[in-house]
Amino acid sequence: MEKAIKKYWPVFLLPTFAAFVIGFIWPFLWGIYLSFHKFVTVSKTTFVGLDNYFSVFSDPTFVSAFWFTAKFTIVSTILINVLAFALALMLTRGLKGTNVFRTVFFLPNLIGGIVLGYIWQILLNGILTNLGLPLLALDAKYGFWGLIILMCWQQIGYMMIIYIAGLQNVPGDLIEAASIDGATSMQTLFKVKLPMVMPSVTICTFLTLTNSFKLFDQNLSLTGGEPAKASQMLALNIYDTIFSRSGAQWKGIGQAKAVIFFLLVVAIALVQLYFTRRKEVQQ
Amino acid sequence: MKKIVALVLALALCLALAMTASAEGSVYYLNFKPEQDTQWQELAKLYTEKTGVTVNVVTAASGNYETTLMSEMEKSDCPTLFQVNGPVGLANWKDYCYDLKDSEIYKHLTSDAFALKDGDSVLGLAYVIETYGIITNKALLEKAGYKAEDINSFAKLKEVADDIQARKDELGVDGAFTSAGMDGSSDWRFKTHLANMPIYYEYKADGISSTEAIKGTYLDNYKAIWDLYITDSTCDPALLAAKTGDDARNEFLAGKAVFFQNGTWEWGNLSSMGAENLTMLPIYIGAEGEENQGLCTGTENFWCVNGLADQEDIDATLAFLEWVITSDEGRKSMSQDMGFVVPFDTFTGEYASSNALVAVDTAMTAAGKTPVSWNFTTMPSEEWKNGVGSALTAYAAGTGDWDGVVSAFVDGWATEYKLAH
Repeated sequence: MEKAIKKYWPVFLLPTFAAFVIGFIWPFLWGIYLSFHKFVTVSKTTFVGLDNYFSVFSDPTFVSAFWFTAKFTIVSTILINVLAFALALMLTRGLKGTNVFRTVFFLPNLIGGIVLGYIWQILLNGILTNLGLPLLALDAKYGFWGLIILMCWQQIGYMMIIYIAGLQNVPGDLIEAASIDGATSMQTLFKVKLPMVMPSVTICTFLTLTNSFKLFDQNLSLTGGEPAKASQMLALNIYDTIFSRSGAQWKGIGQAKAVIFFLLVVAIALVQLYFTRRKEVQQ
Repeated sequence: MKKIVALVLALALCLALAMTASAEGSVYYLNFKPEQDTQWQELAKLYTEKTGVTVNVVTAASGNYETTLMSEMEKSDCPTLFQVNGPVGLANWKDYCYDLKDSEIYKHLTSDAFALKDGDSVLGLAYVIETYGIITNKALLEKAGYKAEDINSFAKLKEVADDIQARKDELGVDGAFTSAGMDGSSDWRFKTHLANMPIYYEYKADGISSTEAIKGTYLDNYKAIWDLYITDSTCDPALLAAKTGDDARNEFLAGKAVFFQNGTWEWGNLSSMGAENLTMLPIYIGAEGEENQGLCTGTENFWCVNGLADQEDIDATLAFLEWVITSDEGRKSMSQDMGFVVPFDTFTGEYASSNALVAVDTAMTAAGKTPVSWNFTTMPSEEWKNGVGSALTAYAAGTGDWDGVVSAFVDGWATEYKLAH
């Protein structure tokens, strides 16, 4: 087996690697290059040095989009993980119909973000109208909570599956030992189960954190950044900079924003990984 | 040996991905109007049968033209024919435009007003002239006891609309105006088309054709007409944020509203109501001299030939365009099937448009009314329109005030103009 892998590794690795280079590395390098240029199409560029980066920081919409994104990320990461873990606990107890419920909770994740955004827009606007409150596009507060509800609904099922896998791997003898030692169910949960599923927590927080920070589809379709960009997140802000501005300089500025955005995502993800990894225990 | 085979296979996979086909002297038209895609495809096929020149027509999805154009332009066989929406759109693409000054098609253009120029060079040619106003259900209006001809000022329009609104149950309508939806599929009717009115009158008063800072002289009139739209309407103004273009059209088609602000491009959707039941009113905003005001007529569709394409492709494109505007097939397709009013001198007689809404415009111009020009092509950016749109929505719903609209309109213009130049 090992010998075969040694012999045939190019067959397995190279196609994927080529796809990765074409679809990721190359555009990424191009992107960095373009952030120092003024352009309309990427084959015809003029070098402008750091001008684009200076413009980014003098753009108030980028900063406000950053804070909106940050708030959204914190709230959605906590909510999604807590709720997903709670569901996972409930559905690992061997209740009747567990599999049906697992499927039901997982299903929303199979629908694309744009579609979900429009469906929830109709639903939430319907509720807001009945309550006599301003619609989603009129008040950023409702836009914010609308996005949270949408993301929770979509992501909880997926995270739940990962937590279930983690919980099922907690050795039964550990839990049994804990109960013989007289641990309450709360103590078992926090002192035994939770440390044992830390790897799942690492994965889930990583996924929710980066997903929320990079959120685009749902933001575009649910609120479109309305009212007046007050519910605009970073990815949508970048998209807007590049496509709804007239004049060649904006594409470069949008590209510079994208590079800064990338650095932010990487920094946040690394910090998160560092902290949750430290909590992981050996069995 | 097997390792080499594996490597070769992997490389072949990469190569296959990177391969592109190329042909000599062909036309690639990136079409803007999805509603006319079929007709362009048919024309292209016909031309290829006749001349052997390949014509490839690709239509960008609605609202995605700029994005599609940007990525298509990168390709080695990039569009040889594309379109921009006016001076602001041209700012992005002028380095890519072929100078059409000496082309045959430019000589056929009926007026220089329909050409996009940069200095001496002619970079874009309008290929369709469109008109918008307040499309009116004549039958319903008569049922309410009014005639379209009598409405010749904002005061009169308001009187009629208020009366219809007050008697809506008796007339069986939901409101005088269709919902002024501010969803993305409909908000351009107000943040762009309606906003043209105050801009038009201000330009006219100041004798200019574009400006770096709008004064907002006629914003009170803008407020008046917007108030009318949202008060004498089929729905609560707080709900407008979610109303779509389809909502408004369906209300109009179902006879639930008498007035519907839109343009000649809606003809295809409305023709089932019958030409005799439809007419179009100018958008009166209460400016002085408006009894002579006609409909808003102009264009934001300009053909541009890609100057960076190979010379044989440019020649093929020019020949194709010439064929489209001079041959019987081309003229029939553009005027009858697509329903366009085409500003080339070859479109006369039987090749005039059969669009009933266009006929209204022709009649009004013949009666001596002055058409309102399309000045929204000078709006500083999409961003500006979006700002005005958000402010209008908030004002309608009561979460914002009119000062918000004024500030988005006036201050937003100055800011955006500076950013774009």
